[in-house]
Amino acid sequence: MTGMNANGRAAKSSRWTFWVWIAAGLVLYAVLGLLIDSGVIDSYMSLIVYQMCLNVILAVSLNLINGFTGQFSIGHAGFAGVGAYTSAVMTAKMHLPFPAALLVACVFTAFIGLLIGIPTLRLKGDYLAITTLGFGQIIQVVLINLQYVGGAAGMTVHKETNFTWLYFAALITVAVIANFVRSRHGRACIAVRENEVAAEMMGINVTYYKVLAFTIGALFAGLAGALAAHTFYFIKPTSYGFLQSFNILVIVVLGGLGSITGSILGAVVLTLITALLQDYPQWQMVIYSLILILIMIFRPQGLMGTKEFRLSSIGLGRRRDGHAAP
Amino acid sequence: MTTFIQQLINGLSVGSIYALIALGYTMVYGIIKLINFAHGDVFMAGAFVAYFSYTGLHLGFFGSLVVSMAACAVLGVVIERFAYRPLRKSTRIAALITAIGVSLFLENAGIITVGAQARGYPNMLPDTAFNLGGVTVSTKQIGIIALTVVMMVILQYIVHRTKIGKAMRAVAYDPEAAQLMGIDVDRTISFTFAIGSALAAAAGVVYGAYYSAIDPLMGIMPGLKAFIAAVLGGIGIIPGAMVGGLVLGLIETLVQSLGFSLWRDAVAFALLILILLIKPEGLFGKHAREKV
Repeated sequence: MTGMNANGRAAKSSRWTFWVWIAAGLVLYAVLGLLIDSGVIDSYMSLIVYQMCLNVILAVSLNLINGFTGQFSIGHAGFAGVGAYTSAVMTAKMHLPFPAALLVACVFTAFIGLLIGIPTLRLKGDYLAITTLGFGQIIQVVLINLQYVGGAAGMTVHKETNFTWLYFAALITVAVIANFVRSRHGRACIAVRENEVAAEMMGINVTYYKVLAFTIGALFAGLAGALAAHTFYFIKPTSYGFLQSFNILVIVVLGGLGSITGSILGAVVLTLITALLQDYPQWQMVIYSLILILIMIFRPQGLMGTKEFRLSSIGLGRRRDGHAAP
Repeated sequence: MTTFIQQLINGLSVGSIYALIALGYTMVYGIIKLINFAHGDVFMAGAFVAYFSYTGLHLGFFGSLVVSMAACAVLGVVIERFAYRPLRKSTRIAALITAIGVSLFLENAGIITVGAQARGYPNMLPDTAFNLGGVTVSTKQIGIIALTVVMMVILQYIVHRTKIGKAMRAVAYDPEAAQLMGIDVDRTISFTFAIGSALAAAAGVVYGAYYSAIDPLMGIMPGLKAFIAAVLGGIGIIPGAMVGGLVLGLIETLVQSLGFSLWRDAVAFALLILILLIKPEGLFGKHAREKV
């Protein structure tokens, strides 16, 4: 009886927390929107804010695959490329309205993710990593050889997005993935990460959850790619190579594998570093690589570990007793 | 028929370079189960050291080769000591992320120190072409293949006939048991990195001589290809790396001569994925059962 009560209370409190987060997200949107409209954030700085939103989507979706499900993928930018090119073909060649193109891009990228995920997710650890890297490279080679989308020269698309589009896409991504990892399915993914054999013993369909996480991750990567294409209105195959996948990985690792708030924090911090080092791209990469090495040696769990920043930690909301964070 | 033999020889030359790099990959993987992503960049460093000792210090081909192999052996040991050793007890993914970090660090440090643009490589090896019944063979190609064979023989000797080689095999088989038998595991691992990196340096010199141009990012693709070669032959198995490198070189040359040169890299990666899915233990590997 008490157990049920506790459960009921926990559920109510977590629903309450969810809406507080959403409200906080809306307030942040209003503040940023006002600052952009009034010109306090100038057009250059607003590009940085756009990039932050895109990086949040990419990092949180990669974190679902790498951090929560423990399947090490380093081909995430390839999916962003699929999304970018699909949406670009839809708007520039098929003349579809942008929202429809966005939808097609997401669904198609998820489909490609499913297609790649089913055979490769039988592999483990570093073999899986190298295979996803291989698929990322293959996607790039295919894009270079497709003359229909401009080959190596790339293609131009229309600018369709604004701050509202990007911000809400990021907000929705975070909300969906945060709720996913706290659902039954998300718990199953975490169980797969912790111990595959044990998870299987508990009746979890390991392959199903791996592929599910991979497909959802690909879907949101496709979303980010499609939005980026219509924000910066020029796409080329080399924007979706190994280095871009690596950048997303650095964000996730810095923030903490298995922490969504960590990924958001990582995305904001690294986008700022990138912007500051704009004129010295090779120093940027040196710093990124050093960050990565030093984090792995001295704080392999990243800034946040697998912990989340919780309302209770700043005295809001009810402290959750007993249950550890995922 | 002559075209076929011609392509065969070209393929063997390219394959030799892959084989030399793949040896280092496979040795390191065999001993600490780490995909040393930075290996391709050690290869790049080797090419540059030889470039500067040839043009700056006028050491000649063999002098430059020896200097570059020695320098890269040191580089390999330093990388292992400072980046990989602190992580030996942590997860393999943590080590892999570090390896990617080291790789990017070397590439971009290279760009900062020597500049991003490609440089012409000096003609270190004599380049006369023979015509044997319609097939053109250059002295360069013969030199590359001969050098690879010599390195391979030396490596086989070290691994199978010397004390340190025995220690390497023991650590690869079971590090804890090896330690209990009085083998200095850290020293053995350092030695493995030294040999692997020296071989990568040799490959770098040969690559520069063969393609006549080097740049700080030159290691990425050959590094990944060599990894594919190592997996193809069965990772951790030294003769496997050699055969895998040669086979990959032949396949690539074949794809290129059929007119699909733009798809060459995709074919190599597709090959990797196919092997991993169908026969992950490689051509020479034995199937290992997973223990729980």
